[in-house]
Amino acid sequence: MRAVSFTLNGKPTRLTVDETRPLLWVLRDDLGLTGTKFGCGEAVCGACTVIVNNEAVRSCATRIGDVEGKQVLTIEGLAKGDRLHPIQEAFVEHLAYQCGYCTPGMIMGAYAMLLKHPKATRADIVKELDSHLCRCGAHVRILEAVETAATAMKGSVR
Amino acid sequence: MKTEDHDFDRDQELVVDGPTSFPVDRRDFVKLTATGLLVLFAIDPAGASQETARLPAGRQGYPTDVNAYLHVGTDGRVTCFVGKIEQGQGTMTSLPQLLAEDLDVPLASVDIVMGDTDLCPWDMGTFGSLSMRQFGPVLRQAAADARATLLQLAAERLQAPVERLTVKAGVVSDTADPKKTVTYGQLTEGKRIERKLEGKAPLKPVKAFTVVGTSARRRDGGDKVTGKAKYAGDIVPPGGALHARILRPPAHGATLGQVDTSAAEKVPGVKVVRDGDLIAVLHEHRDEADKALALVKADWTRHDPPFDDHTMFDHFLKTAGPATTAAEGGSLVEGEKIVTEVVEGTYYDSYVAHAPIEPHSAVAAVENGKVTVWVGTQTPFSVKNQLMQALRLPAEKVRVITPYVGGGFGGKSASRQAIEAARLAVLTGKPVRVIFSREEEFFYDTFRPASLIRIRAGVNASKAIALWDYKVYCAGERGAAHFYNIPNHRTAWTGGWSGNSGSLHPFAVGPWRAPGASSNAFGRESHIDVLAAKAGVDPVEFRLKNLTDPRMIRVVNAAVKKFGWTPKPAPSGRGVGVALGIDAGTYVALIVQVAVDKGTGKVQVKRVVCAQEMGVVVNPEGVLQQIEGCITMGLGYTLSEEVHFKGGEVLERNFGTYELPRFSWLPTIEAVVVDAPEIPAQGGGEPPIVPLGAAVANAIFDAVGARLDRMPMTPERVKAALKR
Repeated sequence: MRAVSFTLNGKPTRLTVDETRPLLWVLRDDLGLTGTKFGCGEAVCGACTVIVNNEAVRSCATRIGDVEGKQVLTIEGLAKGDRLHPIQEAFVEHLAYQCGYCTPGMIMGAYAMLLKHPKATRADIVKELDSHLCRCGAHVRILEAVETAATAMKGSVR
Repeated sequence: MKTEDHDFDRDQELVVDGPTSFPVDRRDFVKLTATGLLVLFAIDPAGASQETARLPAGRQGYPTDVNAYLHVGTDGRVTCFVGKIEQGQGTMTSLPQLLAEDLDVPLASVDIVMGDTDLCPWDMGTFGSLSMRQFGPVLRQAAADARATLLQLAAERLQAPVERLTVKAGVVSDTADPKKTVTYGQLTEGKRIERKLEGKAPLKPVKAFTVVGTSARRRDGGDKVTGKAKYAGDIVPPGGALHARILRPPAHGATLGQVDTSAAEKVPGVKVVRDGDLIAVLHEHRDEADKALALVKADWTRHDPPFDDHTMFDHFLKTAGPATTAAEGGSLVEGEKIVTEVVEGTYYDSYVAHAPIEPHSAVAAVENGKVTVWVGTQTPFSVKNQLMQALRLPAEKVRVITPYVGGGFGGKSASRQAIEAARLAVLTGKPVRVIFSREEEFFYDTFRPASLIRIRAGVNASKAIALWDYKVYCAGERGAAHFYNIPNHRTAWTGGWSGNSGSLHPFAVGPWRAPGASSNAFGRESHIDVLAAKAGVDPVEFRLKNLTDPRMIRVVNAAVKKFGWTPKPAPSGRGVGVALGIDAGTYVALIVQVAVDKGTGKVQVKRVVCAQEMGVVVNPEGVLQQIEGCITMGLGYTLSEEVHFKGGEVLERNFGTYELPRFSWLPTIEAVVVDAPEIPAQGGGEPPIVPLGAAVANAIFDAVGARLDRMPMTPERVKAALKR
């Protein structure tokens, strides 16, 4: 057990935990942030994707100790109050979801990608999101939503 | 509490009892509806009896008793209480559209309460594309009845005959004196009016629709993009819940011997529970429970069935038992005399998993002797029934609440995790959370069964199909019967798509999006193409020549037009293929284009055109979503998804070996919905997935001249077919 300090959705956070515990379950069980989903436990589905220091990580395979001193962003921290982030807005607009379970991870994956490639082409988006699974088959609309968001943000992702 | 011989695997067979097995506890409900107009209504018994034919033995159809409530409150809000659930298909939006239409109220004033056994009356479950096509018409009738009742009240209030009244946005006015108005809410003030559905009020004609047929914005969007949407595993009851990880056998049929839990018990914060064969470790944190479970040592004795995914087809042929005739006509003996050649074919399909991204999850809590279970299920009332049996509790002591369901596709009809969470909550006196690991998800899935189909068929001298002798093993009856104009034919089936009677399968099998229909379409539509190729006729032309059903002919022509099909007998080298299907009352024609890499055997589907006729379209955007979803999901069973097993052991443990469709697989998807307003709304969530495998097999043949007779059509199988 040790104290771990990091910034979570803009707020300083300090926990005393076993540092080897997965970020996913600390977020869900200790911090009550259930928007980040468990899907596979082996970093192969993408449902648990969160942002650490502007990079998308699979929180099921990230140790809480490894976020010490870092900026962690989850789906709960993306909207500014009632104002949805343009990516969220585009997902609603394009109906880029069905059951919605993969959606938080998908949106966080898209966010990290647009940080890196603000002018991402469809081929870039396919490549970056290919490791995210969606079972309902919302893929076509997810691609359209991410393209729309990229255009709407004109390079300013945050 | 004792376990008895509670046979979980039998529970997986969709044990569904009728509405009389437990009364609805209506106390909460009555509070909610103390004033206002309440219409109690039921599904049309005629529709229900038609449906029964498709249900496996032992399952009842819809009850003829009340099974939904519609409430018009004094605040003008309309609430529908229905046992259906939202698993992504959009009914939480489309059902209110129907209500708003026939009641003449704003869509925004309609609320829907779904899948709560204390608030909603009994429902069979959410499957079979029934929500719109069976439930929809009754919902509309209830709305029309409510409107008629409200108009009667308004006539008295406004001192005007009913014929003179008009309604807009929940406000009734007198056409002779438009200043005389009253709202629905005002009409029910201080009253409690209860009506049983009489079904006499006329429904609004389709041409007057203003809400139905529009792409109303889905209601779940805001919750789902912000992480606010709660799924069963996200529910936190007061005081929190302990995660339970449960000891699982290494193979189906294995029996438990010695168990040593001492190491797990030493882990701080871990509670170990044993109740018969239910052995669980519980901890506040999921990951700690995972670690503790790994410390439990158990001896298992395996009782594996003597077959695996290589030998299963021989096993089916030996074990399946006598076949039932689903359809027949003319004489097969006569047919054999007329045809130019009897063409035989055998088509194989593999076990396929549901693989929703949300694993089976449940949270159970006990308060004052009443058990509440939040569970991601397609059958909340069946789960309630199973809970009552397992816990020996009366109906009023069990409540099932269904939050958002993270994908079902048929696989969340079975909900063993709800029973386990509830048993553990009762045993520990604490709320308990069970979320399946991906390995458990594969192990306990009720797979779409592997199957095989044998067909003997032929054409006469004028290239009309004159013989069709079809026998399907293990995919069931749905979609087995052909729809071509064939004078001498028989369709027989043995082994259904659900359950596991005897020892046909090593694990339970169950409904998978359009159960059995994709396997049947693969056999039928592949063989139709074989006949067309032998006859040297273009596959579309050959189908049209042998079709008489005008609805099917219309969708074929619509698909041909959209695709820009030019006739050529296969193989033409272009890689185009067609396949047809009828499912859930909806007609579908798919035309696909593929690219086949002869070196690697890899198939890429480049383009899919889907023409569909489904009667009245309630939410056009929702329909397109379902078409895209079906086609994208369908790429998996077509190209990659296959469950491997050895005896009772399921070899798939995670997505690493079980490959779901990805973004890079996406074809261009184009949809045409054929207008048919004279036909009531039919199913939309399943039909387009049905003919995809066959269309791709036919396109592969057209591309490279090799006939694939087994799904999924993996690179290895494509390469093997190229060598034949």
